[in-house]
Amino acid sequence: MTAILEVDDLTVDFTRAGTRTAAVRGVSLRVEAGERVGIVGESGSGKSVTAQAVMRLLPTTATVGGSVRFAGQDVLAYDAAKLAAWRGADIAMVFQDPMSSLNPLLRVGTQLTEGLRRHRGLSKSDARAEAARLLKLVGIADADRRLDDYPHAFSGGMRQRVCIAIAAACTPKLIIADEPTTALDVTVQAQVLDLLDELTERYATATVLVSHDLGVISSFCDRILVMYAGRVVEAGPTDDIVADPAHPYTRALLDSIPRLEGELPRRLPAIPGSPPFGDVPADSCAFADRCAYAQPVCRTVAPPTVPVGPRTQAACHFPLTLAEEVTR
Amino acid sequence: MTAPPIVTTPAPSGETVATEPAGMRRVLRSLRHDKPALISIVVLVLLALAAILAPLLASHPPLQTYPEGLAANGAPIGPGHGFPLGTDPNGRDVLARLLYGARVSLVIGILANGLATVLGVLVGLTAGYLGGWVETVLMRLTDVVMSFPILLFCIALISVTGPSERNVVIVIALIYWTTLARIIRSQVLSLREREFVVAARTMGLSHWRVMRRHLFPHLVPTIIVYATLGVASSILIEASLSFLGVGVPVPTPSWGQMIEQGKEYFQIAPWLLFAPGVCLILTVLAFNLAGDWLRDLLDPTAPERR
Repeated sequence: MTAILEVDDLTVDFTRAGTRTAAVRGVSLRVEAGERVGIVGESGSGKSVTAQAVMRLLPTTATVGGSVRFAGQDVLAYDAAKLAAWRGADIAMVFQDPMSSLNPLLRVGTQLTEGLRRHRGLSKSDARAEAARLLKLVGIADADRRLDDYPHAFSGGMRQRVCIAIAAACTPKLIIADEPTTALDVTVQAQVLDLLDELTERYATATVLVSHDLGVISSFCDRILVMYAGRVVEAGPTDDIVADPAHPYTRALLDSIPRLEGELPRRLPAIPGSPPFGDVPADSCAFADRCAYAQPVCRTVAPPTVPVGPRTQAACHFPLTLAEEVTR
Repeated sequence: MTAPPIVTTPAPSGETVATEPAGMRRVLRSLRHDKPALISIVVLVLLALAAILAPLLASHPPLQTYPEGLAANGAPIGPGHGFPLGTDPNGRDVLARLLYGARVSLVIGILANGLATVLGVLVGLTAGYLGGWVETVLMRLTDVVMSFPILLFCIALISVTGPSERNVVIVIALIYWTTLARIIRSQVLSLREREFVVAARTMGLSHWRVMRRHLFPHLVPTIIVYATLGVASSILIEASLSFLGVGVPVPTPSWGQMIEQGKEYFQIAPWLLFAPGVCLILTVLAFNLAGDWLRDLLDPTAPERR
């Protein structure tokens, strides 16, 4: 398998009023062709910033370090023309809020055909026919006529379908979906995920799904990266991580998902405290203050990322899988 | 009084109207419900016709001075007596001058103001969207032009290029774009952070296309309001220029000129001020109301009035 996206030791710092704040602190990730990778974490964990850094969407106040390679090419070195030719054709993005990511003053058809005309060089009428086909593909009835409607005439779920159709229009190799279901009803969430599933399957599109919802991620992705305070704290195949989380943070995230089977807890467990704001000292584990298993060493030495299972890695001094083996 | 019938939107039957006639139908329907706009458009059409047909409508030539148009003491005479709107202090027919003046004033009001609007939008949009050094250069240029004393700047320019209608149009456009450029830039600054602009960029659209297709439609309401109000300002700037002798060359009538002249004779000959004044007010009002209507028409999210 060949890697579509290789991110190596990515760092993003924001400089504001002379002070630097690290948002992403050394993230590495690899997405194979057709693979689905999920990035999960709380607000402020750096998952969206990572996605934006890959798309080169960060403002000029951001300093990006490390490397981002797309199909072997250095994305961070792209000039404006290269960037414009790459975006939309090889990589596309679906945003969180379909209410605001569609232009309210442009017909849906216009927004759909733009990419087709630009990247696939279709004529006006061909682009329109293709747009109608795409709209039908994402499950919008009467597609030909709906092309002339404005976004406000669509419901939230339908708008997100439109956004997915726009992203998939030029059959990119990779779609980055940044919280694509967060702004939607639970029932609609499932439909949108199904659609994303179907489309990426059909075109063998690799997907990076960014979400705070481990439930959404685990149902969709082959592989999961758990991010906390700008670092990947655990990474591995979905099944391994869900069945046997090694990092206390991943464990805590899993515990806070309500379950249907088994005994009902009186209260749904939540992770105490809140994620660190601003900079984290380099010589400690960022999660130490909220961790039930924290030891003195967690506050003096930053944990290195080590293999904790056959296919998983975690950045923790006391990975749970090892701890359990020891006590057993 | 009869109760208004409950209007329901017709169910979309398979064969609904195609796009083009639907657009035209929408225009007509909204006009039918917006009486002020309808009247405004009629007024604008009449004004344009009056300007075009001035030679047919005027009972006298506009530049001819009539000895019988002045009273024994040399004062202009009021409406009636063969001059429908009276005469001016030179004994010329006010109606004829008003009709011919409409040509100059409308051309200047629309052309100079239109040119200024185009310039202002281009500068504001480019500066606001691109940012960085482009913005710095364009906005400092705007500041510089704004800091010029308007009349001095015009006089300087006209004295180099020579007074003519064309030069007056260009000069007014050159000073009048700055305010709009600032307004547009400030709007673009907030618009460009909206997610749909980011989304458009992730589709690999060029800067030019993002500006033209994704940002410009959001600026249209502002542009319409500013441009319709600007018609009056442009006509009045031309008046000031004419008053100073650097506007439209002298015997050619324009409303601004007539207002300037009328101000001095206001107490003995109020019609000199009222005739062009009322025309100017009507023009500006009509442009504004028609502009409001156009703005609503172009907003796809505005509820359709019944």
